[in-house]
Amino acid sequence: MEKQGTPLLQMQNIKKDFFGNQVLTDINFTLGAGEVLGLCGENGAGKSTLMKILFGMDVIRETGGYSGDILLNGEKAVFNTPFDALAAGIGMVHQEFSLIPGFTAAENIVLNREPVKKTLLSEVFGERLNTLNYKTIAETSAKAIQKMGVQIDADMRISDMPVGHKQFTEIARELSKDQLKLLILDEPTAVLTEKEAAALLDSIRNMAAQGIAVIFITHRLQEILSVCDKVVVMRDGYVVRDVPAKETSVSDITKWMVGRNVESSAAPSEKAAAAESGGKTILSIRNLWVDMPGETVRNVSLDVREGEILGIGGLAGQGKLGIPNGVMGLYDAGGHVEFNGKEIPLNSPKVCLNASLAFVSEDRRGVGLLLDESLEWNIAFPAMQVQNKFLKHFGPITLRDEKAIHAVTQKYIDELMIKCTSSQQKARELSGGNQQKVCLAKAFALEPKFLFVSEPTRGIDVGAKSLVLDALKKFNRERGVTVVMISSELEELRQTCDRIAIVSGGKIAGILPASESSEEFGMLMVSQVK
Amino acid sequence: MNTKQNKAVNFLLNNMVPIMFVIICAILLPLSGFSPGYLLNEIITRMGRNTFLVLCLLFPIMSGMGLNFGMTLGAMAAEIAIIFVADWQIWGIPGIVLAMIMSIPISILLGWFCGTVMNMAMGREMITGYIMNFFMGGGIYLLVVLYMMGPVIPIIHSSIKLPRGYGIRNTVSLLNMRQALDDLLAVRIGGVKIPVLTFLLIGLLCLFIVWFRRTKLGQDMRAVGQDMNVARDAGIKVERTRVISIIMSTVFAGFGMVIYLQNMGNLPTYTAHSQIGMFCIAALLVGGASVDRASIGNAFLGVTLFHLMFIAAPAAGTAIIGDSMIGEYFRVFASYGVITLALIMYEMKKHRNKSQMGQMLAQAQREEGGAS
Amino acid sequence: MYQVAYADALRYWLGKMGLPRLIIAGFLILLYIVAPFVGADFATQITNTVNRFSWNAILVLAMVPMVHSGCGLNFGLPLGIISGLLGATLSIQFGFTGAFSFVMAIVIATPFAVVFGTGYGALLNKIKGGEMMIATYVGFSAISFMCMMWLLLPYTSPTMVWGLSGSGLRPTISLEGFYDQVLAKILHIKVGNLEIPTGSLLFFVLLAFLMWLFLRTKTGTAMTAVGSNRVFAQAAGINVDRTRTLSVILSTWLGAVGILVYQQGFGFIQLYTAPTNMTLPTVSAILIGGASVNKASIPNVIIGTILFQGMVTMTPTIVNAVIRMDISEVVRVIVTQGMILYALTRKTEGTK
Repeated sequence: MEKQGTPLLQMQNIKKDFFGNQVLTDINFTLGAGEVLGLCGENGAGKSTLMKILFGMDVIRETGGYSGDILLNGEKAVFNTPFDALAAGIGMVHQEFSLIPGFTAAENIVLNREPVKKTLLSEVFGERLNTLNYKTIAETSAKAIQKMGVQIDADMRISDMPVGHKQFTEIARELSKDQLKLLILDEPTAVLTEKEAAALLDSIRNMAAQGIAVIFITHRLQEILSVCDKVVVMRDGYVVRDVPAKETSVSDITKWMVGRNVESSAAPSEKAAAAESGGKTILSIRNLWVDMPGETVRNVSLDVREGEILGIGGLAGQGKLGIPNGVMGLYDAGGHVEFNGKEIPLNSPKVCLNASLAFVSEDRRGVGLLLDESLEWNIAFPAMQVQNKFLKHFGPITLRDEKAIHAVTQKYIDELMIKCTSSQQKARELSGGNQQKVCLAKAFALEPKFLFVSEPTRGIDVGAKSLVLDALKKFNRERGVTVVMISSELEELRQTCDRIAIVSGGKIAGILPASESSEEFGMLMVSQVK
Repeated sequence: MNTKQNKAVNFLLNNMVPIMFVIICAILLPLSGFSPGYLLNEIITRMGRNTFLVLCLLFPIMSGMGLNFGMTLGAMAAEIAIIFVADWQIWGIPGIVLAMIMSIPISILLGWFCGTVMNMAMGREMITGYIMNFFMGGGIYLLVVLYMMGPVIPIIHSSIKLPRGYGIRNTVSLLNMRQALDDLLAVRIGGVKIPVLTFLLIGLLCLFIVWFRRTKLGQDMRAVGQDMNVARDAGIKVERTRVISIIMSTVFAGFGMVIYLQNMGNLPTYTAHSQIGMFCIAALLVGGASVDRASIGNAFLGVTLFHLMFIAAPAAGTAIIGDSMIGEYFRVFASYGVITLALIMYEMKKHRNKSQMGQMLAQAQREEGGAS
Repeated sequence: MYQVAYADALRYWLGKMGLPRLIIAGFLILLYIVAPFVGADFATQITNTVNRFSWNAILVLAMVPMVHSGCGLNFGLPLGIISGLLGATLSIQFGFTGAFSFVMAIVIATPFAVVFGTGYGALLNKIKGGEMMIATYVGFSAISFMCMMWLLLPYTSPTMVWGLSGSGLRPTISLEGFYDQVLAKILHIKVGNLEIPTGSLLFFVLLAFLMWLFLRTKTGTAMTAVGSNRVFAQAAGINVDRTRTLSVILSTWLGAVGILVYQQGFGFIQLYTAPTNMTLPTVSAILIGGASVNKASIPNVIIGTILFQGMVTMTPTIVNAVIRMDISEVVRVIVTQGMILYALTRKTEGTK
């Protein structure tokens, strides 16, 4: 596999932890000039952290740096900022567009590197008063677009462009940098149409032929096989496979991506079997669309059975988060939802809550909590507003019953072992895990019949994770509450749920019992639903 | 046909404010009973007096900082400079030029302060600028001019000092530089005086603005104005660029104020700057500008329409109900009203852009449903 | 005795607030210490401060509901004031006199406050995030519109209109024979040079208590939550827009009552552009009291009004006596606007 001479990029024993939480362990791989490397792995496998290290992003330094070495052309490279990485010839196209909407493609391609002409005033006031050389700008951008090999209109404004062309503009911007030796593409095809994606793959081959090395991150494994020289598969912060693309297949990669000791982690099978055999449908979703930015849901139909824990999994950005947010009225949605045989109108959180549905949002700080209020307020507020609990009456005046609020908060603090100085503490001051428990307590205090829990373990440590999941299971088993849990961690779903639905491309790709093998789920995750 | 209609509706919506003002002027002008010659003379005088000031608002709009309510800081700098020049008895064109030059360092200092505070209050630039103008105008300016001039800052001539021995009189006469700029090279066409030199200066600023848009700094300002984060990722110094745009606006506002004052011929020491920001902003908006988009054309159209209304309103008020006060109140109301309207339209546009995606999704699904 | 009270207050601030408030509090304390040396009568100073407090406190209280619901500082206070002015002038026009004219002024102002508040609230709901700037200009537009209306509306009461023309209201209308000092006179205390307008203070205490009570009801709790985190409240089934509108109506109504109380203390109704100068000092007062753009409490109102009005009444006599220059106006402006600028540059807590 090693080519003769020094390879362009060598990653040696890269390690990274976020506050004691190991996210990358002993990453080693090499990449030669003109090679294309496909990097794949589930969400949270460590791909983006690795790329952030390679690109010198601020967040890495702010969280304590990394250990191990990055070698460029055999020399040790240290990037303190993305600008260092850029100067060393590394370019990166991020998932979010980094373009000025009112500028043309050409202006964006040369953004902050505009060729200029000296003027009289610039001699006096400094070089920012140089005028732009529009002719050279046009030439530079035309050259970059040609290098990319995909035709886009250099004079079109970004805001008027289809999404695919925005993506190509970004790529052209990286290609216009003369020093570029290595280009990182982070899921570039996610927003492209099939035709555009094919054009991009051609363009990647084209770049490689010109000697530029490419790291290509995608969930569409077929693309990796068709364009890459070698494949690196990551899981849980380790490189699990590093093989030439010719010697592997989609099913192999899928297995490596999700594969784990399959037997140990599945949910108790009797329970799954019970769920399998049916039971009353408590929530039925028909033709749901949800406009949640980045998590769009298209035409989803789904039945949830009474008393089960249903998992919804899938890769990030595929729409799994849109389902609960749409049903509970937090984002614009359309379609039909029936709960217990009664139609629930969409776009109204109040009606959902009145019908005994509850929701623990994935956006803890934004939606889930009143960060500047006490735990008492956080836990008691929805129950007070929706069900008139924790109120006391003085003639015509109804006031908060501070005693009852304190009691219920204390109860959940004990039950969920929330670490806090008192029930009066501000929610902002708690750790992530304890904040999540407060969110659960808030939902539990509503005593719902049905609970949506979205990403309950995101960003919390291992100990808190199992506590949260156990609390959910207990809530389901002891009180007979139907739970729908949305998570990007498949293993967590398999440990907790009875059945798991996988969402891909905003649609349900399939529903399987939790005891099904990881590969089966993996195949659903990367499948394209028409 | 439908699209044609849509286009017409869009044109009306986008140009609602100028159209409204054309209508207001069309109603007020005949009522006021002024002769066309008088109106033309007045408008030309007022264009010469105000356009330079209005144009200085373009820089912060370019860098996404909205309407610069803090432009009055430049006016204050010019006033301080003019007080010195008047005290030193340097009159005529040399006095005007010296006042402009002296206003520059003061403008830079004030603009830098204003821009820095605005950077600390990102997203609330306009209200910050608005309060800043009171903070400086009612506080610091007063402190300097009313208390420090005399005991701390030497003032030679007692003619501009208050009788008590310190502080500047309520009015400083600029009789000896009155319209010095306007009269030099002035041309009279049929009784209408055209201050050619003043218009040349305005033209020069317009050329500068056109040229400036094509400079690296201008490009950076536009980038920062459209998406601060993208600009920052590309390595543009966002904060610095924003401060520079406020400084430029303040410096040019200082020049504009010198032009304004030489035309008026006297300096109302404590009130000259108080309304200037509001009237300039209103004029620019009347010309069809918005919080995030403004052109030189907006400035000229706006000054013309706004001042037509301004001239005609009191006379029209007298004609309708025999009270000129009503017209004066009306023109203040119109100024505030147009700013309010422009701010509301700007905020509502931001919200409307968000809600269109859902309709597209529902549409796509319907089509899908129909097909299958 | 006062020193003790201030020591307590100071400890309270030290816990939670920034430099500017400490400076202002320190400045005020310094003024009180210097006062005897420049021969200012202590009792008169206290009387002035308490008096000004009783005029202004309700206007400052009018900031609270909108801050709670996340509408920011109510730069649209002029709408409330205009409601109050309509109530005042109509009450006199209809021939009410004495204490009853005050009651009727409040009664008549109420529907105006509700209508203006509803419209204003609906507008603010459409422009969430840009409230403060637009509120300022809505206030100005309303004032300048009413300037025309004061001239045009067919008022006829001879105490109010111009004597010569018989139409158009005068800029300043004396309240003698109407409700001048109507609250202040209730249980009025006078010991030597010290005078306390007990009735006005009690009226403020009543409204402040009602506000305190309201913030503890279900709706009041919802209002605070909307201000603290709008999305949280929405996810908990709260009708955010309606809650915000309610807060705007409350603020507007309190503004109306506030200006009426101000008038009964001051003794005059001021029309035309006078309301322009009420807003910023009021906003500044609650900020000095420790409120931020999205958090405000009754103690903030009380402390802020005392500090601000204390400064307003003390600076002219003391500072001028010390440095022999009438510099009080400048000090007041710098403190007022500086305080607002300071608040604007703070990152708001909680909301995104």
